[in-house]
Amino acid sequence: MSEVSSASPWMPVLILLPLTAGTLSFLFRRRARRTLLAAALAGIWWSLIGLLADLNDADLLRYPIGGWQAPLGIDLRADGLSFMMLAMTATVGSFISLYALGYFADDHSAGTRFWPLWWFLWGALNAVFLSADLFNLYVTLELLSLSAVGLVTLTGDRESLAAGLRYLLAALAGSMAYLMGLALLYGAYGTLSLEGLAGLIRPEPANALAASLMTVGLLLKTALCPLHFWLPPAHGSALPPVSALLSALVIKASFYMLLRLWFEVFPAGLTDVFTQGIGTLGTIAIFAGAWLAFHQEKLKMLIAWSTVTQVGYLFLTFPLAAASPSTALTALSGGVYLAISHAVAKAAVFLAAGAMLKVTHEDRIDRLQGVGRHLPISLFAFATAGVSLMGLPPSGGFVAKWLLLTAALSTGQWWWAVVLVLGGLTSAAYIFRVLRRCFLPPSKHAVFHPVPLVMPLTALFLAGIALALGMSAVFPLRLLERSALLVAGAVASSAVAP
Amino acid sequence: MSFEAWLPLLVVLSSFVTGVLILFVGEEQLRTRSILNLLGAIAKLLLVGVMVWGVFHRYLFETRLPMLPDQDFVLRADAMGMLFVSLSSVLWLLTTIYAIGYLEGSPYRSRFFGFFSLCVTSTMGIALAGDLITFIIFYELLTLSTYPLVVHRGTPEALRAGRVYLTYTITGGALLLVGVVWLYELAGSVEFTERGVLSGVPEIHYPALLAIFAILIAGLGVKTALVPLHGWLPVAMVAPAPVSALLHAVAVVKAGAFGIVRIAYDVYGVEFAARLGVLEPLAWLAGVTIVYGSIRALTQDDLKRRLAYSTVSQVSYIVLGIGILGPLATIGGVVHLVHQGLMKITLFFCAGDLAETLGIHKISEMNGVGRRMPWSMAAFTVAALGMIGIPPIAGFISKWYLGLGAVQAKAYWAVGVLAASTVLNAAYFLPILYRIWFLPAAGEWPKAERDQLETRPTLLVPTLATAFLAFAAGLFAGSRFSPLGWAKLIAAREYLT
Repeated sequence: MSEVSSASPWMPVLILLPLTAGTLSFLFRRRARRTLLAAALAGIWWSLIGLLADLNDADLLRYPIGGWQAPLGIDLRADGLSFMMLAMTATVGSFISLYALGYFADDHSAGTRFWPLWWFLWGALNAVFLSADLFNLYVTLELLSLSAVGLVTLTGDRESLAAGLRYLLAALAGSMAYLMGLALLYGAYGTLSLEGLAGLIRPEPANALAASLMTVGLLLKTALCPLHFWLPPAHGSALPPVSALLSALVIKASFYMLLRLWFEVFPAGLTDVFTQGIGTLGTIAIFAGAWLAFHQEKLKMLIAWSTVTQVGYLFLTFPLAAASPSTALTALSGGVYLAISHAVAKAAVFLAAGAMLKVTHEDRIDRLQGVGRHLPISLFAFATAGVSLMGLPPSGGFVAKWLLLTAALSTGQWWWAVVLVLGGLTSAAYIFRVLRRCFLPPSKHAVFHPVPLVMPLTALFLAGIALALGMSAVFPLRLLERSALLVAGAVASSAVAP
Repeated sequence: MSFEAWLPLLVVLSSFVTGVLILFVGEEQLRTRSILNLLGAIAKLLLVGVMVWGVFHRYLFETRLPMLPDQDFVLRADAMGMLFVSLSSVLWLLTTIYAIGYLEGSPYRSRFFGFFSLCVTSTMGIALAGDLITFIIFYELLTLSTYPLVVHRGTPEALRAGRVYLTYTITGGALLLVGVVWLYELAGSVEFTERGVLSGVPEIHYPALLAIFAILIAGLGVKTALVPLHGWLPVAMVAPAPVSALLHAVAVVKAGAFGIVRIAYDVYGVEFAARLGVLEPLAWLAGVTIVYGSIRALTQDDLKRRLAYSTVSQVSYIVLGIGILGPLATIGGVVHLVHQGLMKITLFFCAGDLAETLGIHKISEMNGVGRRMPWSMAAFTVAALGMIGIPPIAGFISKWYLGLGAVQAKAYWAVGVLAASTVLNAAYFLPILYRIWFLPAAGEWPKAERDQLETRPTLLVPTLATAFLAFAAGLFAGSRFSPLGWAKLIAAREYLT
């Protein structure tokens, strides 16, 4: 491995800045919201650029908070993968924030509650992506889940409270499982740092139990079928900017942890039974989710079910990356790239849908007739982001699919190629089900309400980024290659393979 | 980068920028939109002119942008691509003028012209793509940008046609993707090269190459409307006439046929493909499609549907030309890419003229229409005779070279197919001509809007222009810059061993 730089001060800044912004927005409520937003966004982007500059010099960055080294202190760590996830969060987060300014312009009570929770959630996300040990990851994930539950119940109506409660119970159950696994590992090895464990871990029953507990916990939070039951009501009933950040960002945090856990800490445990099994669950999610998405009456529920299918694709990474060391990098890059493209595209879709719903005051797909005439930009954004979700070129979704397909065919696992291709067809079916509505002329009784221009525009920019990810994938993919996870994974699976 | 490195990208962007701008032009700003449209089309034509001259003199125009770590986005102008590029850019200009007239006063015109330009952009990209991944990008973009055109009218019938169209084309695209990824897996990055790149692949992979060829042809065969993958095409006829003209003469079916050309000549290499034994089945498939399409065309009373089945049949001439080994058949197939485009677009323009001016959609309503619209019907006659293969119109040249090629390759059955098809072509076109010119009209025709002309000039001029081009392409086929001359150039470069 190449050299490790001692300290990059941008890491704690990236965590503390949103947390501070959250506290301030709680204290000052409605005043200075825009100033605060502008300052925080500027700070976050500035820190990201600083972090990128530091990553230029070293593959792995560290920052021991308070000067204490692991295993005692809180250790922060960043590599190419962390940076990509942070950048994804910042990109999607910035546009969602701008959108929220417009969306909550006439709803002050929900708006006041939105901002502090959203800032805390952002801070928690950044902390997840920067944590260097499993316990830190637990704490930050907990903060993430709690803010997310708070955001789901923002409106306080019965439907969202029920969804929020269900979400809360699922999140707590997931955390419990994860924590128990954590305790087992700590008991056995006395350390929880990712790198420390990676060197120590031995194949023994206690490890298998710990790993399964942690995995089940994280799968629950990532909503892989059949543990997805909480997701559609939560993502479907939340307010659009909230749905966007839940689908785009929150589930990616636990997916990220699963990648770290398996490909960095337990690569020896990636047996065929496990990886093929998890790929099978992913396949079920892809097809069942698409079937259910296709049959939804409500637009946001359709998009929420689409998230279930996309989570399914993410888990195809496991069988593809574990099968052969030579294509592990391709498959993992494909999986991460899919996570990132999905984040951007799904946020765009939810934001566009939010604008459409605000215009029609209806959440039913069959009432969308003629919406294209009043919100051409939103419709265009929806369609463009839909291209990425279908995995058609030119889009980030296509690049991801290309990488995964390459990995599938070169490891001879043609059945995953079939799943990838057929899955793309099913997503086309439900996305065009929405789009074709919009080509119909508006019905006579339809009433359309105006929306602030920032709402369609933010969706359009995100959709544009989803396309751009397909046209210039070199830079992000090169960054991903320089990540502790992928190198460790490739090395370890070569030890398993004959 | 130099001008040579930007030119292919500029050609693609000239219609892309136009399209995106038009999408944001207000519905009522007719003049702005028309000016944008024409400026884009003319700029493209000029750029293409420079490029044709350059390619003839063996200049290298290549845009190469990094896309994936080991994969570039490549646009390159070669002789084969330029044939398709020139056809598309000339017909884009004419179809744009036609569409401005045809859609006068109808709603959602900004959307229409925006996607229309995006559709041409995709066609350009397909023609100029330098490798298979770039090709796929534009191939799928074509599917997506033509969907709004197919469903343009928003009627239940149009929506159904759109659904059928998508089901076919997206499935085809998915197959193509699988084939390409598999091929890349086997042979590394595949850039289009004259005479192919796969002949060096070790023999152990030949079965895989066979399977890949089948998958690729199945994927591309959907847009090419090879039987039994042709079902979307007659259904898609509900689209407005300029769209049918574009779908059938230029963009969609030709994209598929052109893809097959690329696979056979510039990926596999036609001699290697023959050694693999994949050409003969392809030729048979084309033969079946030619005859089947013609037979189905016989019984259609709806004019556009008859033309659609005729397209099914005629596009496969190109595939037949690929399937028969030898430079003469290659010339016949490749030149038909242009000739069929010119003739078929003329026919669809005429169908649009009839529908728009007199409300005629069925062949049984066309009695005596030659007297009311002599110019349009003269154009129709030229194109129909060309389709049958009457000299000196363009279609004759294609058939002549295909026939010579078949004899040269001793594929006498193909001569039989050509003969049968010619008889069938005559059987479904001559009765129409008879009705037009020799039967009396059923009643009074509606009066012309403006006294002196039979229909709007924006409709008539493009129709006459394409008919003239179809005629000239045949008459001046001996010239070096005729489609035939260019096809000979291509054949020389593909077989030069």
